[in-house]
Amino acid sequence: MKVIKHGQSAESGWTHLAEEEPCRPGPCTVSLARWLKEKAELLHTATSVGVRLSAADAPETLANDLNEISLIVLDMGQFTDGRSFTQARIIRERLGFTGELRVRGNFLRDQMFFLNRVGVDAFEFPEAIDLQDRLKAFQEFTVTYQAAADSRQPVYTMR
Amino acid sequence: MRSDGEVGKTLAIGRPWTRDIFCTRHDRSILAGRELSFDGRNLGQMYQYDHYDQTLVDERAAQFREQTRRFLAGELSEDQFRPLRLMNGLYIQRHAPMLRIAIPYGLLSSRQMRMLADIARKYDKGYGHFTTRQNIQFNWPRLEEVPDILEALASVEMHAIQTSGNCIRNTTSDHLAGVALDELEDPRPYCEIIRQWSTLHPEFSFLPRKFKIAVSGSQRDRAATQVHDIGLQLIRNERGETGFEVLVGGGLGRTPIIGAVIRPFLEKTDLLSYLEAILRVYNRFGRRDNKYKARVKILVKETGPERFAEMVEAEWLKIRDSMILDEREIFRVQAFFQPHDYEQLPAKDESLEQHLLSDAEFAAWYRRNTAPHKIPGYRAVFLSLKPHGTPPGDMSENQMDTVADLMDDYSFGEIRVTHTQNLVMADVRHDQLFAVWGKLKPLALATPNVGTATDMITCPGLDFCSLANAVSIPIANGIQALFDCYDYLYDLGDIRINISGCMNGCGHHTVGHIGILGVDKKGEEWYQITLGGSSSNDASLGERLGPSVPRNEVPMVMERIFLTYRDLREGEESFLETVRRVGIQPFQERVYESH
Repeated sequence: MKVIKHGQSAESGWTHLAEEEPCRPGPCTVSLARWLKEKAELLHTATSVGVRLSAADAPETLANDLNEISLIVLDMGQFTDGRSFTQARIIRERLGFTGELRVRGNFLRDQMFFLNRVGVDAFEFPEAIDLQDRLKAFQEFTVTYQAAADSRQPVYTMR
Repeated sequence: MRSDGEVGKTLAIGRPWTRDIFCTRHDRSILAGRELSFDGRNLGQMYQYDHYDQTLVDERAAQFREQTRRFLAGELSEDQFRPLRLMNGLYIQRHAPMLRIAIPYGLLSSRQMRMLADIARKYDKGYGHFTTRQNIQFNWPRLEEVPDILEALASVEMHAIQTSGNCIRNTTSDHLAGVALDELEDPRPYCEIIRQWSTLHPEFSFLPRKFKIAVSGSQRDRAATQVHDIGLQLIRNERGETGFEVLVGGGLGRTPIIGAVIRPFLEKTDLLSYLEAILRVYNRFGRRDNKYKARVKILVKETGPERFAEMVEAEWLKIRDSMILDEREIFRVQAFFQPHDYEQLPAKDESLEQHLLSDAEFAAWYRRNTAPHKIPGYRAVFLSLKPHGTPPGDMSENQMDTVADLMDDYSFGEIRVTHTQNLVMADVRHDQLFAVWGKLKPLALATPNVGTATDMITCPGLDFCSLANAVSIPIANGIQALFDCYDYLYDLGDIRINISGCMNGCGHHTVGHIGILGVDKKGEEWYQITLGGSSSNDASLGERLGPSVPRNEVPMVMERIFLTYRDLREGEESFLETVRRVGIQPFQERVYESH
C-alpha cells in the first residue's frame, strides 16, 4: 500500500483490520461498527486506532471520540458515491478533526482535487503509483469559486 | 459572499430601483472591470469574465484534453471516463457523441453566437439544436475534437461544464429578464452567482442524480420554477425587502411532481448557505440504490416536504453565519446587468403604426412574435425556431452568423434562448421592427407562430437519442402540417404542445397544455396524450386522455382535440382554460368515438 500525504509519497503505516481479524499491536483501523462495539479493547491492544467510514456512515457518530482516534478513513465503495465528500467536510468543518483524513478504495485520480478541497489530506493506493503524475492532479485548477475545507482562497475574497 | 462576519446581513438591498441609482454608467463600467468599446458602443448587458473566470475555463479545457487522451490511450475505462465526459456535456449517442454547451440563463452575445456558428461549420454538420434548458447541443462532433471545441468556447467565455452528469446543471431563468413589464428584480445576477458557486463544487459533483435550479424575478413565471429541483422566485416581503421564495422537489421525467415551498422568504444574503444546505441534505440522504428514484423530488416526497424543510433548516443553521453572500458581491455582479443605453423614444412610432395597418403579414408577426418592453419605444422580438416542417429548435450556421449581425445592428449585440426553444432579441426599437422582420423572413426565422400550436417543445427523440422509444420531430412536423393557413392556428390561440420521445420527459410533455409521450409497443411507436398541464404560475400535470394511439393517428387526434376546444370554448377562453373548466371527458369522447 502506498500513500500520498501532504504531497509526499509515504508508506501506509496502518493495518486495516477485517471485521473478524484480531486486533494487534501497532496502528490499526477498524470499521465504525467495530469501533463502537470494541472501543476499549481496541485502544488497549493497538498503539493507535483509526476508524473507517463507509459512504453510508454518519460521521457525527464519532463526535465524542475524536481525541481517541488518530486517523479517519473514507472507504469509497463506488467512485460515483458522493457522500464521502460531504462526510469529509463535516469531519473537518463541523467536528473539527485535525488528524489524518484518508481516502481509500474506489476513487479516481480526477477526484483527488475535489477530495483535497473537502479536507482529505491522504490518498491510499493498493499499488505503486507515479507520484509526480498524481501530484499534478492537485494543480489542475488554480481558481476556486467556493470556500471548502481547504486553504485555497475562493476568488470572491480576492475580487 | 464572505465568510468573515455579518456584513450586509440586515440591509435591504437590491430593490429593483437600487440598480438605477447606485452608480452612473461610467462607474458601472469600472465597477464591473470592463470598458466601453472603441466606438463607445455598449459592450452588453451580460456578465464579462475577469482573469479568474477565464483561467478556470482554460484549465477545464486543458483538463478535459488530458482526460480524453487518457481514455483514448486506454488509461481510463469507459466507466471511469463516463462521469468525466458527462460533466463536460459529452454524451455518447445514437449516431455520434453529442456535445451540450452551457448558455448560462440563456444569454448569448453576438461574438458567442458567431463562435457557435463556427463550431457548427467546423465540427458538426452545419447546425445546432437549442434545448429546453436554454443550452445548445451539437449532434455530430468527434470525440477526438471535443477538447478543441472546449478550447474554442473558452476563447469566447463559454464552456460545457456541468451540462450533464449527476451535478448541478446550468441555472435557467426568464428569457425576458431585465425587460419584462412584470419584473420585480432582474434574476440574472443571482443566476450568475449560483453559476459560480456551483461550478466545480468540490462537495456536490457526485450527487445521486442531476440537479436543476431555476430563478424567476417576475410575477408571471416564465422559467418553470415549479418543476425544478430548486425553484427560486424573487418576491417582496411585508417590510418591502426582496428575497426568495424557495421551492424544492419539482421535476418532470418518470415521476412528474410540482415543487413544494420549503421557505416562504429567504434573505438574499442567505442564498448560497441555503442552497448548500439543501444540496448537502440531498447528497447525504438522496437515494442511490435506484437511478429512477434518485432525484431530490423522491427524497422530498418520501420524507414529506415539512420534514425535508426541517432537515434543511437544521443544516442551514449550522452553516448560515459562515457563508454570507456579501451585498458587495451582489452589487459587483448586478453591475454587469445594468439597463442598456436606451434612446428616449415615444411610446408610439408612426412608421410602425403605418406598417401594421398596411401589411397584414407583418401585423400577424408583430402580434405573435413580439412582446412588450418596459422601456417605451422598444419591444422584445422572438425568433421562431419552429418553421413548419423542420426539427424544432434547430438553427443552421448561416442563420447563426446572420442573426449575430442582426443582434449587433438592432439589439445591443445580445440574444436570449427561451426554454421553449426559440430565441429573443430583447431590445428592438419600434421604428426598426419592420426592418428586422424583413431580415428575419428570408432566414426562415419569422414564422409567426410563437406561443401557438405549432410552436412545440420537442426532444430530439428516436432520430438522435439513444434513450428514446419513439420519434418526436416527425410528430411535431405532422401536427404542423395540419395548419396550411394561419387563420386556423390563430383561432386556436395560445396552446403549448410538448412532445417527448420517452418517459424521461426532455420534451416536458407532462406540463404541456397538450402533452404527447412516445411509448414503445412491441417495437412500434405509440403515443400517449395528456391534457391540461402547465409549467407557469398555475403549474399542473396533464391528465391522461386514454389509451395511447399509433403514430399515424396522432395528427387526427390533435385535430379532434382542437375541434372540441373550438366547439366548447366560451368567449375569449384559452385552450387551457376550457380544459380546466370542462375537464377531459368531452375530449375523450371526441377522440375515441370511432375507436
